[in-house]
Amino acid sequence: MGAILKRELSAYFNSAIAYVVMAVYFFFAGLYFYFYCFESNTTSLTGVFNNMIYIILFLVPIITMKSFAEEKRQKTDQALLTAPVNLTEIVMGKFLGAYILYAICSVIFLVFAVVISFFAAPSWSVILCTFIGVLLFGAALIAINIFISVLTESMIVAAIFGMAVGFVILMMSTFTSVIPFEWLSAALEKINFITYYVNFSYGLLNITDIVFFLSFAALFIFFTVRVLEKRRWS
Amino acid sequence: MIEVANLTKCYGDIKAVDNISFTVETGEILGFLGPNGAGKSTTMNMITGYISSTSGTVTIDGSEILEDPKNAKSKIGYLPEIPPLYIDMTVRKYLEFMFDLKGVKLPKKEHIDEVMRLVRITDKADRIIKNLSKGYRQRVGFAQALLGNPPVLILDEPTVGLDPSQIIEIRKLIKSLGKKHTVIFSSHVLSEISATCDRILVINEGKIVADAKTDQLSVVNSGQQKLSLVVEGTSSSITSELNNIPSVKKVSKQQDTGENTAKYIVFYDQDADIRREVFNAMARNNTPILDMQSGNETLEDMFLKLTSSNYAKGGKR
Repeated sequence: MGAILKRELSAYFNSAIAYVVMAVYFFFAGLYFYFYCFESNTTSLTGVFNNMIYIILFLVPIITMKSFAEEKRQKTDQALLTAPVNLTEIVMGKFLGAYILYAICSVIFLVFAVVISFFAAPSWSVILCTFIGVLLFGAALIAINIFISVLTESMIVAAIFGMAVGFVILMMSTFTSVIPFEWLSAALEKINFITYYVNFSYGLLNITDIVFFLSFAALFIFFTVRVLEKRRWS
Repeated sequence: MIEVANLTKCYGDIKAVDNISFTVETGEILGFLGPNGAGKSTTMNMITGYISSTSGTVTIDGSEILEDPKNAKSKIGYLPEIPPLYIDMTVRKYLEFMFDLKGVKLPKKEHIDEVMRLVRITDKADRIIKNLSKGYRQRVGFAQALLGNPPVLILDEPTVGLDPSQIIEIRKLIKSLGKKHTVIFSSHVLSEISATCDRILVINEGKIVADAKTDQLSVVNSGQQKLSLVVEGTSSSITSELNNIPSVKKVSKQQDTGENTAKYIVFYDQDADIRREVFNAMARNNTPILDMQSGNETLEDMFLKLTSSNYAKGGKR
């Protein structure tokens, strides 16, 4: 797993991907930071966090689109699958590589908090709580997008499909409010990422929310392993 | 070292590999021969655990590939048809990655240097793979397979895309590796297989159609030529007359082609020419020659004969 993780990170940072993703992320984070904190004279980063969700939903598919799609296209998956490592290690290596890049991007929030602390004391507990929320949200989202990447051979398809899923996640509340079947809308509301994420941004650290995101991540990592396994058998 | 038993792979209704069984001894170089789509790569992919078999087993040095994949895979060095290269890495970085991935327990730098020396890519060590020619990429793929000195090497068409001098080099390399490793390699270049392998497995439409030592499969290597004749007359007198000609090694009657006529194959020394003597002998014997063809029975003949669909459907093995 270590070897794959190392290669993933070097692939991100030896190409433009990591820098483009970071540049876009930091640009929008800075923009929201300026509008929500400086323009409205507040120490609360909640507005910044809530708006960054949009950016995250569109950037994560860019981070993960290569992970399996490109391996399959270049036939390099043969090297991975015939090496003496098991499938879970391969998927975890890929997942952690993307996750570390995501986490590096997220650190910008802590920088903002430090910047604010020069002007007034920010609410550290809320900021840390939201930061944890961003990290957990990202884990689930990256797992879903890695799963999408394993389904296709084309990076573009993976990216677009990933963004579409991101859009559905974003609009879930709107969808559930117009679904005429109550049982279905209630069920979908239970997997609405935003409702779980919002709790973090209020400074609430619920065990339910943490378990929700972690189990989502675990589930899709498991699905990815199963797809790789199934491909060998068909 | 390698034991393949009743290996079958189905894609839907199509049997890509149909009940193949063979064993390869330690230190043996086995050539895998077959036309395109015969199931060579599928078989190799099953041996290396890239895809799983529909039924049947592959055992590498006592470890079953699906039961104990980690152990079995650690004993195999695999060069697939398209070398699995990360083209945006340098050669050395790539080999270091593969070294780590395989969990090789040898001194890293020395071992990678040694492997690069072996396939002669030391001077390209810091080049990005993307910028290398096909021949060099093939060698990097080869180097990757050699990492960790695995006892078994599976090479899928390792000489494709190389220039003639490189091909000779790679052949020599395979031959020298065969002393320490068990090698299976596939090719559609027959001369290559006959020059390198101890044993040849011909596979067609997913079935093994021939399995023999290289020198038994080919008469070319034994220094003989053949002459095929259709002669009218009693076969015993014809055979004895033909055998009387000096430099004839062997006469075999093939089949009756008509009433009192039959086809014969005469094998004789490579540097002799017996056509006149055969004519005179048959004329003396009053058994007229109806047809005479000379030529080498080459591996190509063998190959075409073995892989023609009639032959396979005839069920001969």
